[in-house]
Amino acid sequence: MSFLNYLVSGLSLGSIYAIIALGYTMVYGIAKMLNFAHGDVIMIGSYVCFFAFTRYGLNPFISVILAMLVCTMLGIVIEKLAYKPLRAAPSLAVLITAIGVSYLLQNMALLLWSSNPKVFTPIVGKPGSNSFTIGGLTVSYVTLLTIVTCVVIMIVLTTFISRTKLGKAMRAVSEDKGAAQLMGIDVNTTISVTFAIGSGLAAVAGILLCSAYPNLTPTTGSMPGIKAFTAAVFGGIGSIPGAFLGGLLLGIIENLAKAYISTQISDAIVFGVLIIVLLVKPAGLLGKPMREKV
Amino acid sequence: MSNVVLKCKDLGIVFGGLAAVNDFDIEVHEKEIAGLIGPNGAGKTTVFNLLTKVYEPTSGEIFLNGESTAKKTTVQLSKAGIARTFQNIRLFNRLTVAENVMTAMNQSMRYSLFEAVLRLPRYWKEEKEARAKALELLSIFDMQGMADVSAGSLPYGAQRRLEIVRALATEPSLLLLDEPAAGMNPAETAELMENIGRIRDRFGIAILLIEHDMSLVMGICDQITGLNFGQVIARGTPEQIQSNPVVIEAYLGKHKEG
Repeated sequence: MSFLNYLVSGLSLGSIYAIIALGYTMVYGIAKMLNFAHGDVIMIGSYVCFFAFTRYGLNPFISVILAMLVCTMLGIVIEKLAYKPLRAAPSLAVLITAIGVSYLLQNMALLLWSSNPKVFTPIVGKPGSNSFTIGGLTVSYVTLLTIVTCVVIMIVLTTFISRTKLGKAMRAVSEDKGAAQLMGIDVNTTISVTFAIGSGLAAVAGILLCSAYPNLTPTTGSMPGIKAFTAAVFGGIGSIPGAFLGGLLLGIIENLAKAYISTQISDAIVFGVLIIVLLVKPAGLLGKPMREKV
Repeated sequence: MSNVVLKCKDLGIVFGGLAAVNDFDIEVHEKEIAGLIGPNGAGKTTVFNLLTKVYEPTSGEIFLNGESTAKKTTVQLSKAGIARTFQNIRLFNRLTVAENVMTAMNQSMRYSLFEAVLRLPRYWKEEKEARAKALELLSIFDMQGMADVSAGSLPYGAQRRLEIVRALATEPSLLLLDEPAAGMNPAETAELMENIGRIRDRFGIAILLIEHDMSLVMGICDQITGLNFGQVIARGTPEQIQSNPVVIEAYLGKHKEG
């Protein structure tokens, strides 16, 4: 394998982290909370797609849409039931609740689908030929799909945030909830929409993740979830371009570390890099430094 | 007499046993500028917070255009026609000047999420109209040239003016201005006075303003209400207020004999 190959597969892994990191960063930016259940929404999305596509043989496109719909609803319901009542509570209470929701989802999945791994069929590529070669570089269809999806999401989301009324409302709410309300912006709806978008993207990330690493278990979402959260912090939490940059870099670093240093300590290297970046730039790569008003 | 836009009856709020505002009454008519004055801590901003439901009143009633606002939330009140500015400027600093104004128009824009993502004609039409309207509102203060700079980078006076424009963008029938001239020099204050009058004439709205700058208050207000310790201590025309001994005492303290 050449360096280029490692780079491309790192880019693909990084794209998945980036899509997950978006969910963390958007929710943090608007609701000022860390939704640690986000990783488990990924897992639920993957199971929905697994049953629809692998088990019942539905069209892959319809399976993906179905998984996105279920996760979007799940995200809205979680926010309504678990987080909304705590809007005025200290942030620690919300954080603990998020961890609780995370365990709830994992154990629910354990109960429903047992801990036996399910073998996920990639949603693209034919059996026997799931990759193609250009100029000596072998790329799987899943890798290509992952990278393209990430780029498309990046473009659509950035335009959405900067050009639409809902996007503007989201940015307004993220700066000053009180003032936004007084200008007629419904803060609850805006937060709901944010959770919906983040969770819908989580489903996409889950399906891409399981297409690349086909072992699906109830804890599938937790490690990528933590790493994507790391990526969001790395890029500057609250910043959308930061989530993309952080995700991509994290994926590339992880893959290169695996290839050239050691598979066992690749995670340690990833988190080590995070610590170094935060020591130098505490707000993350693209984060806005906090200025204390005196 | 023209229509009553705002009417408060016995409005009050108690914070932990302390009546921050008590038995507050006021009537503001269409095209009228009313002033709310009083020393620091008199409860002026609290009145604004009650009117906009940032605080829930513990007693009394508020009527906006004849309708009780008792069951309305902050967001619904904005739709019903109350807009305000803040004593300590609260713009969306990372949004551009035009975007700040456009966020306040969200409620009147009708396109759906679906239309926005697919870029259907209604999305383009409404976004274009909103921007045109934002620029037009900005031109009241001659600010259309600053439309695309971020609001946080504006000079202080311009930020105060932008807050007024943003409030106007919600198409209010009642505009609440919380110390619009704070931190402005006399020339800027005079210009602001002129503009407030022009806004009243052009939009035909009622304006209630809190201000410490007496030249502004006395210069443009049709009626003035004086507050102290949450109580209305005086009410009348600028001339009546200026010569009212209770108001003078509240501001300057009692003259000691001997």
